[in-house]
Amino acid sequence: MQKRTLLDGKKFQITIKRLCHQLIENHNDFSNTVLIGIQPRGSYFADRVKQELSAILPDKNIRKGNLDITFFRDDFRRKDGIVSASSNTIDFLIEGCNVILLDDVLWTGRTIRSALDALLAYGRPAKVELLVLIDRRFSRQIPVEPDYIGLQVDSIDSQLVRVSWKETEGEDKVILLSERNQ
Amino acid sequence: MAADKLSTRHLLGIKDINLNDIELIFETADNFKDVINRPIKRVPSLRDITIANIFFENSTRTKLSFELAEKRLSADVINFAASSSSVSKGETLIDTVNNILSMKVDMVVMRHPYAGAGVFLSKHINAQIVNAGDGAHEHPTQALLDAYSIRQKLGEVRGKKVVIVGDILHSRVAISNILCLQKLGAEVMVCGPATLIPKHIASLGVKVEHDLITALNWCDVANMLRIQLERQDIKYFPSLREYAMMYGLNKKILDNLNKEIIVMHPGPINRGVEITSDVADSKQSIILEQVENGVAVRMAVLYLLASQRD
Repeated sequence: MQKRTLLDGKKFQITIKRLCHQLIENHNDFSNTVLIGIQPRGSYFADRVKQELSAILPDKNIRKGNLDITFFRDDFRRKDGIVSASSNTIDFLIEGCNVILLDDVLWTGRTIRSALDALLAYGRPAKVELLVLIDRRFSRQIPVEPDYIGLQVDSIDSQLVRVSWKETEGEDKVILLSERNQ
Repeated sequence: MAADKLSTRHLLGIKDINLNDIELIFETADNFKDVINRPIKRVPSLRDITIANIFFENSTRTKLSFELAEKRLSADVINFAASSSSVSKGETLIDTVNNILSMKVDMVVMRHPYAGAGVFLSKHINAQIVNAGDGAHEHPTQALLDAYSIRQKLGEVRGKKVVIVGDILHSRVAISNILCLQKLGAEVMVCGPATLIPKHIASLGVKVEHDLITALNWCDVANMLRIQLERQDIKYFPSLREYAMMYGLNKKILDNLNKEIIVMHPGPINRGVEITSDVADSKQSIILEQVENGVAVRMAVLYLLASQRD
């Protein structure tokens, strides 16, 4: 396995900060906007964005929920893999809200399609936007494009992009894993 | 966290599954409980699956619960009741089921009056089988939902003391419950008149008690079973009235115990026989929670079985 660091240290912090300021540009004080992290790894990202937004807007209450898409996946019974789900924690109504969906890596777009399906069980949002830390561009299988992007990377199918977080893995870092000989 | 796959292709009985399977089912049921409390109570997971509910014996709760679970998972459902079918014209079990299967059914949920019907079927047909009760043998989903309800109410099942009261001899719920609770690390006691306790039940590692008050003072949870008059070909006790006096649970007994216990009942209740109305409707009773949990647990079972590709 070959590892290449795409994002870490200061650059990582600046990227998150930049994304938050972009959000504020479009959503002002977040009175009608909620953050929804896609379980499991998008929820870490959403926690970080919420933390950063709260630092920039200290007197605002930023609402954040976690959405699990396991039961809405389109590869159920077509692929061996994890069947056990994570929890949903959305303790507010999303009816009429602006929803910002967050995930760490956007690859084929299928997760986002499932997330849109799963989201509708909680009501009809006024608008849904997509925020991703890493966009693996040119690899979409479904017409889904992000509204806010931390970093765009070019990668091939056999490669893996892995995001680790200070809170869970001890370090903020994005790495690209490839087989040798590539 | 439990492993992410069941160890079995069918759910024929608690006997065939292990602790890991039970924990996986419970964890998945937690997620489905969340789903059925949402405004839109449906997920699309089983949209390409067809399930046949084949009931050779009457049922209200189990049948409705399975059907609701299937529909909330977006499966296609066909229902079949033996009383209104060609079974009464002399068709064999395999013929009936094979005919249903040639309509491209992926899963069969079956209740049958004979013990072992599910196992027999699983050896002869391709579909996945879920046993919804076979004679006096097993009723695995009931045991799972009972244990799940105890876990929900008391935090965990391990170390808890559960007494099963009533007609143990004719009860598939009792056998499945004993096996399930023991796998989860609970202590189990059975209580009832000697005629309704199977002779060698102690070999399963359960305590046997004939006095209701002693049993109730010992336990954390009392699971009150119905007297299955329809299966009793001879008289096992002098009269229902006498049974109710000796083994019926009323509010006075409940209030005089040395601790607060939880009362369960798999339904249907014969009010005034095994428990009185004031007990069934008391805050110590979790009978209606059992019914709600039944849907979530059955969704988990169907989902996990369906996730195993052939």
